[in-house]
Amino acid sequence: MNFDFSDDQHAIKRTAKELLASRFDAGRIRELAEAARYDDDVWTEVAQLGWPGIFVDEAYGGQGLGTVELIILMEELGHALAPLPFLSNAAAGLVLAAAGSDGQRERWLPGIASGEARGTVGLVRDGEARLVPDADSAEVILLLGHEGATVVEAAAAEVEPVATMDTTRRYARIRAGTGGEPLEGDRIAGLSRAAVAVAAELTGIAQRAMEMAVEYARDRKQFDRPIGAYQAVSHRCAQMLLETEGARSATYYAAWAGDAEPETLPLAACMAKAYASDAGWRVCTSSLQVHGGIGFTWEHDLHFLLKRAKVDALLYGTASEHRDNVAELSASVG
Amino acid sequence: MDLTLSPSEREFRDELRAWLERNHPGAEPAGEDAAFDHRRRWQRQLYDAGYAGFSWPAEYGGRGATLVEQALFGEEMARARAPAPANVLGLVMGGPVVITHGTDEQKERWLKPILTGDEIWCQGFSEPESGSDLASLKTRAVRSNGEWLVTGQKVWTTFAQKAKYCMLVARTDPDVPKHQGLTYFIMDMEQEAVQVRPLHQITGEPEFNELFMEEARVPDGNVVGGVGNGWGVAITTLMNERAGLGASAAATCRITLDELRALAHERGADQDPVLRQRLAQVTIEVELLRLNSWRGLTQIMKKGVPGPEGSLPKWQWAEVNQTLTELAVDVLGEEGVYWGSPWTYRLLRSRANSIEGGTTEILKNIVAERVLGLPRLR
Repeated sequence: MNFDFSDDQHAIKRTAKELLASRFDAGRIRELAEAARYDDDVWTEVAQLGWPGIFVDEAYGGQGLGTVELIILMEELGHALAPLPFLSNAAAGLVLAAAGSDGQRERWLPGIASGEARGTVGLVRDGEARLVPDADSAEVILLLGHEGATVVEAAAAEVEPVATMDTTRRYARIRAGTGGEPLEGDRIAGLSRAAVAVAAELTGIAQRAMEMAVEYARDRKQFDRPIGAYQAVSHRCAQMLLETEGARSATYYAAWAGDAEPETLPLAACMAKAYASDAGWRVCTSSLQVHGGIGFTWEHDLHFLLKRAKVDALLYGTASEHRDNVAELSASVG
Repeated sequence: MDLTLSPSEREFRDELRAWLERNHPGAEPAGEDAAFDHRRRWQRQLYDAGYAGFSWPAEYGGRGATLVEQALFGEEMARARAPAPANVLGLVMGGPVVITHGTDEQKERWLKPILTGDEIWCQGFSEPESGSDLASLKTRAVRSNGEWLVTGQKVWTTFAQKAKYCMLVARTDPDVPKHQGLTYFIMDMEQEAVQVRPLHQITGEPEFNELFMEEARVPDGNVVGGVGNGWGVAITTLMNERAGLGASAAATCRITLDELRALAHERGADQDPVLRQRLAQVTIEVELLRLNSWRGLTQIMKKGVPGPEGSLPKWQWAEVNQTLTELAVDVLGEEGVYWGSPWTYRLLRSRANSIEGGTTEILKNIVAERVLGLPRLR
């Protein structure tokens, strides 16, 4: 029993943290977010480091590592609030790897792994996928619905960019047409891993929002004392830690299951995404409350985290949907 | 990261599981005395099999178990619904304190009867005026003719009516700052000067007691850790919550959850959209308690100290257990409030979870100050 990363995994985490911190300081994030665009140079840089293909089989040009390594990157990407088309592309890779035919994998996975021909995943409800990250720059779009799943070339899809509250990432809505090839394999395994990837991002976001709250509570003085000395504030911060650590434990466990115990992955992934969706939002809102008025201003950086957390909560299944699955799946394992 | 058991951990668990299947003492009988005797016999069985004082070093009659083994032990005991040993406070708190701070003579005298359950120990810390602020306690111990005379009142004393000894913290010097004037005593309960009065809780049961001392006598040889060092010794006791506590608490919650799910299924509540969401949420929280506990354990093993998540299980357990019982009573509807129903009892009993062994507010203070580094109010 060992609930910790290996030395190699710790090294990945350190590298990612350092690189992202140096490329994306607060000013740079704000500049990109306000322009609603990505940093293509940083994308090229992380692609050269092999990040997009970290979990992709070596046969398709990936690094052949696992879900655990992926979520290590995701957590740091969340913590840095990196404006990169990483999550969408990873989700597509995960779903294709799990559910694609040999031909589909050969066709699309190398581009996903190299980061040069990216993919994305949209969940179709009532004939439409309403919140698809990076669909405007993807080469391949996987549309997953109750009726079935298709692999659609971007050129053949009706992609309509939408502005969301999260300007650190680009989103679109897509009308599900009749085109595309069917995606026939087991997409649950892929979608579960994608859900774990967002849960990891939410964990990183929550961690960052908590760190900001704690720092502010130490510095900000009212009634001649740091506000963090008041229990109304300090207990709020303790609650942030409880929820952030909970999201982290659930995410790490699900990622491990994805690599080592695939039969427990679907339940573990639903638990992680349900909990992290709520925790990400709650920790960010709580952090805003600790910041008081300044936290409500556009000039403060907290709102970028808060907004990404809200959108992440809706990606690849909402908390309610995942809880419903938890009820179903845990009844069957008994 | 490997969240499976190693071959030796698995072997240990399987051996224990098999032993529990062969030796399980059966359901606890009704009646306070009968139930206690049942637990006393159970402790003797554990002792004979070498499972009592499992975490104690081998030289003091324990097994020197690793943290993982302790956690597995707690999980398996919970899973088998085995009763707690009669002398749980002696095993978890008294023994470790004597081992850490006691003299050779004290170890020789006290440790074995703690293990066998022949002598039951209780704990005299809290007082009516000193709950979370334990160091403000007022019970006095005065030296007189080579012994100590203890006068004062203690409260929330579990098993006081069964106990041979009480781990008692009393003020021996009122003229120094409050943390420095305390001394840790082992007080013989079998004397006229110690009176035990049952304290009825909101469940109607007298699980705890009040303790009244009027010049109760404690020999010099029963001071543990030296006069004036009581606070440090008491803290050891409080810190000596078993490392596997979170894991066993999670296993206990898991059993409660399974009962709740069976109940919900039987009543069709798992098809009610609202209750179904709540059931799923508490299922997640029970699992998180388990995962946080194991993560905390890995931290301790790797770094020697608990990581931030190590401070969370007690707080989390209280919330999860309260949520479980509330949900069960909601599933039961009108029958959930019938007096004598097991869930009614558990609903009420669970309200103490966020108070006993450190209130949730104190735990949040600890997290805020020591984990997050926020300033202290005082």
